[in-house]
Amino acid sequence: MSVLIRIPTPLRPLTNGQNEVQETGGSVQEILDKLTVRYPGIGERLLDEKGDVRRFINIYVNEEDIRFRDGVQTALKEGDELSIIPAIAGGSR
Amino acid sequence: MEFREDQVERYSRHIILKEVGGTGQKKLLNARVLVIGAGGLGSPVSMYLAAAGVGTIGIVDMDDVDLSNLQRQILHSTQTVGKPKVHSAFETLTAMNPDVRVIPVTDRLTADNVLDLFRDYDVIVDGSDNFGTRYVVNDAAFFLRKPLVSGSILRFEGQVIVLEGYRETPCYRCLYPEAPPPGLVPSCSEAGVLGVLAGTVGTLQASEVVKLILGIGEPLRDRLLIYDALAMSFRKVRVPKDPNCPLCGKNPLIHTVSGSTDWACSI
Repeated sequence: MSVLIRIPTPLRPLTNGQNEVQETGGSVQEILDKLTVRYPGIGERLLDEKGDVRRFINIYVNEEDIRFRDGVQTALKEGDELSIIPAIAGGSR
Repeated sequence: MEFREDQVERYSRHIILKEVGGTGQKKLLNARVLVIGAGGLGSPVSMYLAAAGVGTIGIVDMDDVDLSNLQRQILHSTQTVGKPKVHSAFETLTAMNPDVRVIPVTDRLTADNVLDLFRDYDVIVDGSDNFGTRYVVNDAAFFLRKPLVSGSILRFEGQVIVLEGYRETPCYRCLYPEAPPPGLVPSCSEAGVLGVLAGTVGTLQASEVVKLILGIGEPLRDRLLIYDALAMSFRKVRVPKDPNCPLCGKNPLIHTVSGSTDWACSI
């Protein structure tokens, strides 16, 4: 399945500045594995030591948070869009 | 409450909107909104709320105005560099609209004083700069059953959501269960922020506050709005209430407000 992945601005230095990248995979896990290989450094930003998605980063398939679906096992279909959304806290200073 | 003649003129563009009208304008004049942070987000939020005639605006910030703030914090000016931000805010907002009672708060917001600070307000606006404060603000707003209009910005990207965990809608902990540990992510001053981004996100927050006060439209109660200034894209994703949320879930583990509000600004 070809999937569009939206990269948030803090991670774009790791994807050569690209805000969207394309990968193929049948599940979120497969996409994360490919991103980790293709863009060194991105794996550590997204996943903890156990390989789980960090709890301040949300991954959405289209509009839905994978935490409320099947986590990284969430299946993907052709044309799905995967968004990586980190918590950000800036505002005042 | 009757309008004075100058108020009829000042708020005429609101009053002629049937969704606002005289009734809505009175709701605004009677509303009490607390803005956390007199910075990038707090500036546009408080200025538009003051212009709209929100009757009481509390504004919490312990910092002084710094020259590096002026690229985005439009409450302040070269003349107010070195002054407490909330005093600079008081001057700006009062000059815009003398109808508005501005309550400056220079105390550091902490888990100990947050409930007393929030108690007298109808709506809380989070424009703070660190995760510790965001969780403390979320928990206090939840316990007091106050709607929380949350906005955050970094680099070229912003997020907005209305959090009402005391309803069947999410709280901040449903959205982000944990804050990033310090050191894992770059700080705001390292990462930078596009100045005008604060204006875009802050004015979106102000819109949501006005809608909540008026009871009109569809506030972002179960959606997170993500704005990317570089792509000029606005996207919404669904944010469900987490049944396992330690604050607002079925079996809550958090029963009091606690935690540090020390500054640790990270992505």
